[in-house]
Amino acid sequence: MFGEGILKGLAETARNFFGSFVSPERLTTVEYPERRIAPFEAARVFPFLVYDGEDPLAGLRCVACQICEKECPPQCIFIVKSSDKKPDFVGKPQNYPVRFEIDISVCMSCQICVEVCPFDAIKMNTEFELSTGDRFGGLLLNLDQLVKPNEYYHRIHPAGAAEVDARLAGEKAKAEEKAKAAAEAARAAAEAAQAKAASEAAAANTTGEAGAAKTTEGVGAAKAAEETGVAKAATGEAEAKAASDAAKAAAEVASQKQPDQEGRR
Amino acid sequence: MSESRIHSAAAGERLERPENWNRPQRMEIDGDSQLLEVSMGPHHPSTHGVFRMDVALDGERVVRLRPVFGYLHRNHEKLGEGQSYLSSMPYTDRLDYFCSLSNNWAYALAVEKLAGQQVPERAEYLRVILAELTRFQNHASSIGFLIQEMGASGTPLMYAFREREKILDLFEELTGARMMCNYMRFGGCRVDASAAWLDNARARVAALPGFVDEFERLLATNEILMARCRGVGILRPELAINAGVTGPMLRASGVGYDIRKVDGYGIYNRFSFRVPMGEHGDVYDRFMVRLLEMRESVKILEQALREIPEGPVMDPRLKLRNFRPRPGEAYGRIEAPKGELGFYLISDGGPNPYRYRVRPPSLINLTILEDMCLGHSVADVVLISGSVDIVLGEVDR
Repeated sequence: MFGEGILKGLAETARNFFGSFVSPERLTTVEYPERRIAPFEAARVFPFLVYDGEDPLAGLRCVACQICEKECPPQCIFIVKSSDKKPDFVGKPQNYPVRFEIDISVCMSCQICVEVCPFDAIKMNTEFELSTGDRFGGLLLNLDQLVKPNEYYHRIHPAGAAEVDARLAGEKAKAEEKAKAAAEAARAAAEAAQAKAASEAAAANTTGEAGAAKTTEGVGAAKAAEETGVAKAATGEAEAKAASDAAKAAAEVASQKQPDQEGRR
Repeated sequence: MSESRIHSAAAGERLERPENWNRPQRMEIDGDSQLLEVSMGPHHPSTHGVFRMDVALDGERVVRLRPVFGYLHRNHEKLGEGQSYLSSMPYTDRLDYFCSLSNNWAYALAVEKLAGQQVPERAEYLRVILAELTRFQNHASSIGFLIQEMGASGTPLMYAFREREKILDLFEELTGARMMCNYMRFGGCRVDASAAWLDNARARVAALPGFVDEFERLLATNEILMARCRGVGILRPELAINAGVTGPMLRASGVGYDIRKVDGYGIYNRFSFRVPMGEHGDVYDRFMVRLLEMRESVKILEQALREIPEGPVMDPRLKLRNFRPRPGEAYGRIEAPKGELGFYLISDGGPNPYRYRVRPPSLINLTILEDMCLGHSVADVVLISGSVDIVLGEVDR
């Protein structure tokens, strides 16, 4: 019968029309400004920079290595590297960005910067209501606008943030262990040198040159002293003094390292 | 008339291009009738973007049609040559913005061929799942657009977009973006799919056949649709083969050519599915071929979601940065929803490809537009160009 197909189609339309009153899964949209759907864990809009702790600059993970700047497909990242260094989360002195700008009118939200970042410093934000009246300045995000605390990252990407935190904690523990071992060794060496210098300084008065030479040998770390020590010193006293000075210097270096480590912990 | 032109070109004759061929022409006097030159586009709702058709009309009949494109040209290939292999991946999303995951796959396939990389099993399955979901939503919305161009503005397109929305939600959950997914990498996929995602995908795929049934009841036997589509825009198989047409367009003309079957790239030879073919090569056949392909996609999806193994999606030793394949060339092609999508790469051992070439299905399917439109009315031109299923992002690159 002619018109049968049309009637069949209209029945389908009617089923959808009345069905939308009874079955809510037929409604796939929400009325946006009043109701919002929470973004997915993986959702991505524009990048931001993560910092640990309270101070955005001190805790900034970015070390201005400029890998993201090079890899960014539309070249929307602009970084100026600092001339000085600040300690990063494991205490290693690193550069930091003096200027870090992302032009979000150019950015295409591809997440390549996040993937190539070796420091987990740049992550994707989920904020999307970014319209502004200023199309140039308003869409060029500078460092102050880009930095966000780690807590914010945890809020928007809980699983990803937990994974990153675990990895960073592991790295930190490893670095600390290494630093601790180094500090321990330095302290042991310094203590040994100090003790030796103290005990042998007295002896040096009597035994003279031979003892002094031995002392300098024991210090090991104090290379400057060794050089002067082996050289022909005028008297044993002077020799012993130089040796003990060197030991003191070594101890000082070790003790300087010590509070630094504690402060980071 | 134009058919013979293409045949003679195949025989090695030089094609003559008239002067000012891409400029609008003045009206021509032809005997006692006057030809009317109409410029359809570049901003015409039926052109799916910025695409112009210079149509010469004798009354209501088309006597000449020149597709003019390039309004959306953005240097895709040159950009690809100027940056690293990884940086080109997000740009491939923007070729055919309806099927970003298929484009990702084609590019990844070409680079993997170039570098001789192996893809883990789970990643292969994920690629198939995502590509078939992409094909499903592309065909659904393409049919919706086709019917909209016929005048049914609303219902079919809204139904198609309702279904597409659910598939895009899956994409967003996995890849982080709805359309510009940027998901696949050379040697695997970027992130793994969770068990919850796979369950969600299974549930949604289980609901897809119901949607195809509904779509079919709504449209397939509609008398108005049949009156408008049958016998309109006939593409003969010889012409389709000579012009290099691929995809549902070619299959609607009765040529059984599907790269999933021919090449068996990825793991497609593990799945059982059929390749639907048309008989007449008209608009209605193209519409039906797409509808049937949606069913076959669902079949592949069900198999892939059932068989997907556990394992890594990418070799953790692979480095994304400083990727330098050895010198050589490779052509990777897949059966994208619109036809054969290929990427041709030449490497000179450097971090950037020496040559980066895209073979876009939309552009090559568009070249026979005039041959299909001659003798039809203006309203049919809109319908025929809709049945080609073009995306201008891919045509112009």
